[in-house]
Amino acid sequence: MSVTICESAAEAVAGISDGSTVLVGGFGLAGMPVRLVDALIDQGATDLTVVSNNAGNGDTGLAALLAKGRVRKVICSFPRQSDSYVFDGLYRDGRIELELVPQGNLAERMRAAGAGIGAFFCPTGVGTPLAEGKETREIDGRTYVLEHPIKGDVALVGAHRADRMGNLVYRKTARNFGPVMATAATTTIVQVREVVEIGELDPETVVTPGIYVDRVVAV
Amino acid sequence: MSAGLDKGEMAARVARDIPHGAYVNLGIGQPTLVADHLDADAGVVLHTENGMLNMGRAAVGDEVDADLVNAGKIPVVEPPGAAYFHSADSFAMMRGSHLDVCVLGAFQVSAGGDIANWHTGAPDAIPAVGGAMDLAIGAKQVFVMMTLFAKDGTPKLVPDCTYPLTGVACVSRVYTDLAVFEVGGDEVVVVDVFGTTYDELSARLDVPLRRG
Repeated sequence: MSVTICESAAEAVAGISDGSTVLVGGFGLAGMPVRLVDALIDQGATDLTVVSNNAGNGDTGLAALLAKGRVRKVICSFPRQSDSYVFDGLYRDGRIELELVPQGNLAERMRAAGAGIGAFFCPTGVGTPLAEGKETREIDGRTYVLEHPIKGDVALVGAHRADRMGNLVYRKTARNFGPVMATAATTTIVQVREVVEIGELDPETVVTPGIYVDRVVAV
Repeated sequence: MSAGLDKGEMAARVARDIPHGAYVNLGIGQPTLVADHLDADAGVVLHTENGMLNMGRAAVGDEVDADLVNAGKIPVVEPPGAAYFHSADSFAMMRGSHLDVCVLGAFQVSAGGDIANWHTGAPDAIPAVGGAMDLAIGAKQVFVMMTLFAKDGTPKLVPDCTYPLTGVACVSRVYTDLAVFEVGGDEVVVVDVFGTTYDELSARLDVPLRRG
């Protein structure tokens, strides 16, 4: 379905259900769709599973969503940071579930979800606690672990610019998980700095084609 | 035992062993210091797992741009020849064996080249793995940079890691304040010694050593 250009972040996140799996872009704050996360807090969905590289910084954005008790489970690679005290407190109190995933597996599992791959054999984590209980296979003398896709009900992505077709360009290292998450969710919602007219983005520079994008809001 | 190398000197020693023209990932923390000791003419290209090749130095003043950070979330600059890519591509570069060297910090390294650097296993510790497991098995050569002994005096180069593993049999060299070791073979080879002696190292470590 074609993309909807929304007037507000509230309109962009409307209809996200309780119990949803929400992919949230960003590496720390670079590429983090902060306005969409703030709108999700106001929208009120709860019992969420959040998939993101980190588990929130300071008191705002993802950390604020966690602090409101809206998140049942976090799937991420690196929760512990100098300013991750909201997550740290919830985790130590046993009030939030953590699935720790090596960063490359996090990206590849979402890539697999977006690309229709049923599962894949990956060498990362072989012989470590993060591969315990998972199926392994030896291929050409090397051991691999079977990893399954991570599919989102919703992806919240931060990009630099969109056109009215939903084509996206990113800026510098703020790209990170955005292009992968955009492919891996049923509904992809994108926060951009600017929406431009059709024809204003050079097709050679488009990183995420509009087919993956459902809603866009300029903030 | 006299003092060995300080952090800067360790970083310089690692930098000496990075081949000209290599694609290199420097782990967050101390390994980042290696960048300061790479010869500008050596053509080393730094990779950062959050999606950049030919990453530049730390940004200062007006150069700081919230969209341009390294894996430690420190603002950096964009030198000519830089390239950006998304996270799945970034880790495909590692897993696909396109990176020549990565330098990681560690809690422990075993004689056989196992590394433990993501979790102490303490009950109240919050585990965080980031890209360490992908780097450990992905780069063609894995260098570890760490002090040889923990603050309580226990060796960090060990027969077998007691902390949860990051990767199995993947480390080739260990750069410490007191010595440089080759690991992963039948025995641990002492390549270089700083401010101590081979005999003293043999006495303090539980792994059999051979002179390099």
